[in-house]
Amino acid sequence: MRQAYRIIPIYTADVSGVCSALYELGGMTVMHDPSGCNSTYNTHDEIRWYDEDSLIFISGLTEIDAIMGNDEKFIHDIEEAASELKPRFIALASSPIPYMNGTDFPAIAEVTEQDTGIPTFAVPTNGMHDYVHGAGMALEAIAEHFVNEDRCEGFYPADCRNDKAEAGIENERDHRRVNLLGVTPLDFGPLDHAETMKHSLEQYGWQINSMWAMGDSLDQLSKSADAAVNVVVSSVGLRAAKVLQRKFGTPYVVGAPVGRFTEKLSEAMEAAVSSAKGFAASEIEKNAQTRHLSETEAAQEPADNVVYAACRKVSENLQDANKAEENTRHQAEITLIGEPVTMGSLAAAIELQYGRSVRVLCPLEETEGLLAPGDEAVCGEEMMEEKLKDAGIIAADPLYRPICPKDAQFYELPHIAFSGRIYLKKIKQMPGFADLI
Amino acid sequence: MLKRLGETVDPKGAATAIKDAEFPAPFASELEFNSPVHGTWNIVHTGMQVPGAHQIYVCADNCMRGVVLTAAEMNEAERFSFVILKEEHLLNGNLEDITIEGVADVIERLEQKPKAVFLFTVCLHHFLGSDLERIYDELGKRFPEICFVRCFMDPIMRKSGLTPDQKLRLSMYDPLKKGTVTEEGQRRISILGSDFALDETSDLKRLLRCNDYRIKESPVCESWEDYLSLSDCRMMLNCYPSGKAGTEWAAERLGRPFMYMPSCFDYDEIIGQLEALSESMELLGVLDYEGEKESCEAALHEALLEVGDWPIAIDGTFHPRPMGLARLLISHGFYVERIYLDAISPEEENDFKWLQQHAPELMLLATVQVKMRVLPRKTEREMLALGQKAAWFTGSRHFVNMVQGAGLYGFDGIRRLAHLMVEAAREEKETPDLVIRKGWGCESCI
Repeated sequence: MRQAYRIIPIYTADVSGVCSALYELGGMTVMHDPSGCNSTYNTHDEIRWYDEDSLIFISGLTEIDAIMGNDEKFIHDIEEAASELKPRFIALASSPIPYMNGTDFPAIAEVTEQDTGIPTFAVPTNGMHDYVHGAGMALEAIAEHFVNEDRCEGFYPADCRNDKAEAGIENERDHRRVNLLGVTPLDFGPLDHAETMKHSLEQYGWQINSMWAMGDSLDQLSKSADAAVNVVVSSVGLRAAKVLQRKFGTPYVVGAPVGRFTEKLSEAMEAAVSSAKGFAASEIEKNAQTRHLSETEAAQEPADNVVYAACRKVSENLQDANKAEENTRHQAEITLIGEPVTMGSLAAAIELQYGRSVRVLCPLEETEGLLAPGDEAVCGEEMMEEKLKDAGIIAADPLYRPICPKDAQFYELPHIAFSGRIYLKKIKQMPGFADLI
Repeated sequence: MLKRLGETVDPKGAATAIKDAEFPAPFASELEFNSPVHGTWNIVHTGMQVPGAHQIYVCADNCMRGVVLTAAEMNEAERFSFVILKEEHLLNGNLEDITIEGVADVIERLEQKPKAVFLFTVCLHHFLGSDLERIYDELGKRFPEICFVRCFMDPIMRKSGLTPDQKLRLSMYDPLKKGTVTEEGQRRISILGSDFALDETSDLKRLLRCNDYRIKESPVCESWEDYLSLSDCRMMLNCYPSGKAGTEWAAERLGRPFMYMPSCFDYDEIIGQLEALSESMELLGVLDYEGEKESCEAALHEALLEVGDWPIAIDGTFHPRPMGLARLLISHGFYVERIYLDAISPEEENDFKWLQQHAPELMLLATVQVKMRVLPRKTEREMLALGQKAAWFTGSRHFVNMVQGAGLYGFDGIRRLAHLMVEAAREEKETPDLVIRKGWGCESCI
C-alpha cells in the first residue's frame, strides 16, 4: 500500500517548504496550524533556526475557532504581530484543518494587506504535499509580487529590449548574468555548500545575479529581471522560472552545476541566451496574458530545456552503441534516490565522468518533464523497496538504507529534506553540491 | 553566522513584572514562536518507553514529519511506522478504511509482530467524525494477538482539554489488566505518569524501601510483561502533573488506591505529602523531617556561597513548579531575575501570589510570544539558567540541563537541585549543542 511506511521517513512537507524558501527574505510567514508545524519545521527542516532570525510563526488554531470559522482572530493576530515586527511581506500557509474547513486564505490575505499596507499573499499548501510543492509556490509568489522591471535594468524588458539591442547597450557582461532558482538548505545544505554552485558557474564566466533564496535579500531577488537566463537548480525553482519567463521573457534551463556536467549546463545557458535574443516583445506580452499557469501546466513542462536529461540522452545513445543489451538503464549500475534536478544532474555528471550508467528514482511529487529516460517516479516505501531489489550501487540518504538490498554498495548522500538534521554534522564535512564529484 | 533582526522591539506583551502579571495567563494568546530548544519530551519519546510497543501514526505529511524524525533521532525508527493521508482520503469519506488497511499493511510487513500497537489518530479523524470504534474493532479482529492502544495526536484540542501528552499518559496504561493483587504486589507501589524514574535517593523511595516496599516505575520497565505487571501493586502514585489524569484513571479502573504527590519545593508541602502517604499505607515514619530540612538549608547555603548575586533565570520546562522554585531560591537569598513561561499552573497560585508580594520586580517572560524571536538573547551579565529555554533565551552557557523536573523529589530533590546549581555555576556547557537535542535523556543521534 503506497500510503503505508514501515521504516523510512517522509520528505519535508509543503508548509515547511514555504518557510524554507522565504526564510531569508525579511517577510513574516504564518502557518495556520494548531501546533506542531512550527516545531517540526524548526527542528527538522530548518538548519538556520538557531543562528539566524526569521519571522516564522504558527497561528495556534484551536478547535473552537476552526469550527466557528473565527478568521477574525487569525487576522487580528497577524496584524498585531505585523505592526510590531514590520515585515517586508506576509505569507500565509495552510495546514490540513484550515484546508478541510475551506478557509479563504486569498481573502484573508487581501484583508490583511488592506489593513496593514504590507504585501500579503497566500501560498495554497495543505500539509499533504512535499516541500517542492510548497517552496516552489512560495518562490513563484515572490516572482509574481516582487520582481518588477522598475526595480531593475531589465535584460528583456518588453518595451525597450529591442531598442537596447539596436543601440548596442547590451554588453557581454549582461549576457552572462544569471539567477539560480530553487536554492534552499533542504536540497543544498548550508549556505557555503549552495555557494559552490555560484563559484562553479563563475568559473565559466557567469555572473550570479541572485540566488533564490539563500544568501540574497528580497531586494536582490527583486532585480531578477536583470538576468539573461535563469537556471532551475532544483525543482523548487521551476515555477518561479516560468513566472520570470512570462513576465520578462527570461529563458530558463534546468540543471544544477556539478562536476563535468557544469560545462554542459553552461553551454545550454549560452544557447538559451542566444535563442532568447530573438524573443519578440509581443511574445512577452502574450505570455503576460496567460498569467496563471495551472499546477498541471507547471508540472508538465516539456523536457527540452532540462539539460541533464538531454545530456543523458546523448550519453545513453553512446552506451547503446557501445555496450550490450544488459547495460540499459533498467539495469543501471548506479541508482540515485532524491530530488529530480539535483540527482538528474549528478547522474549526468557521473555518466560523463565515469561512463557508468545511472538511474534516478524520484520519490517526490513533481517530476513531470524532469526525469531522464530510464529514471522513475516512485511512490511510497513499498514501491521504492521493490525498485531497489536488484540495485547494485546505491547513493542516497542514509535513512534509505533499511530498505536497500543487504548486498548493495551504499553511498551516503544525506538530504536534509529527508533525514532532517540527523546527518548535518556529516553534511558540513562534505563538499558542496557542485563539488560532489 | 549569527544574524539578528531588529532588536529595538518593545518587549511589552512578551515580558512583565510579576506584580503586574495576570494569573494564570500573563500573556495574550496570539501567533506563536517556537524556540530551537527541544529537550522536553513529546508523545513519541513517551510512547517509546513502553517496551514491545510499536507506534503507528495516521496523518498528513507535515504532521508526520516531526514524529517520524523524532523516532529516527532517538534511534528507534524500527519501532515507528505510519500511514500518510492525502486529500482524497478526506474527501471520499473512507478515512476509516485507509486507516485500517494502512495499519494492517504496516503490521503485515513488520519482521516481528509487536506486543502492542500505539495507534495515533489525529485532528482530521476528529473533524471528519471518523468511527474510531470501527477502526479498533476491525484491527482487533485482524490481529487478536496485538494490543491496540488508542492514542491521539490532536493538538488542535490542546487549549480546551487534555493535551496530546496528557492523553497519551492516560491511554498508555489501558493495557494494564484488572485482577487481584498478588502477595508480591501487596508489597509493591507503582509510580506512573512521568518520563523519568525518581532518583534512588528521593524521599519517596527511601520511605517506601525502609517500609519494605518495592517500587515499580513505568520508565524503567524492561519488557512488555514487566510493563503489564505495573497493575500488580498496592497503590498507584503520580509525581508529575501531566501524568496525574492518566494515573488516576488507571488506578480507578484497576481498583487501586491513588495518590498525587507532585514534586515541589516547599518543606511543608513535602511533609504533607509524605505524611499523607504514610497514613494511608500505615508506613513507619522513617524520615527525620527536621534533619532533612537542615540538610536542605545547608545545601542551599553552600549553593548560595557559590552562586552569590549571580542573576538566575528559570524556565517552565525545567520543572513543573517554576514559581515554587523561584520562591524557594528567593527566600534563601538567591537573586532570581526572571522566569520564562507562557502560563502558570493552578497548583502554583499561592507561590505566584507570594512572589507578587515579596519579589514584585521579578520578570515573567513569554517563550512563544512573537517578539521572543527578535528580542535580545544575551544579558549584560551572564545568567545562571535553570532549564534549557532559560539558557537559550539568555544566551547563557552556565545552566542546569534538565527538563520536566527529571527525577527530583522532596527534600532530596532540593539538595540535588542545589548541587546542580553549583555545578552549573562552575562549569560551562555547550548550550547550542545540548538544547537542540530532542527528548532530554533519550538517545540522540544528531
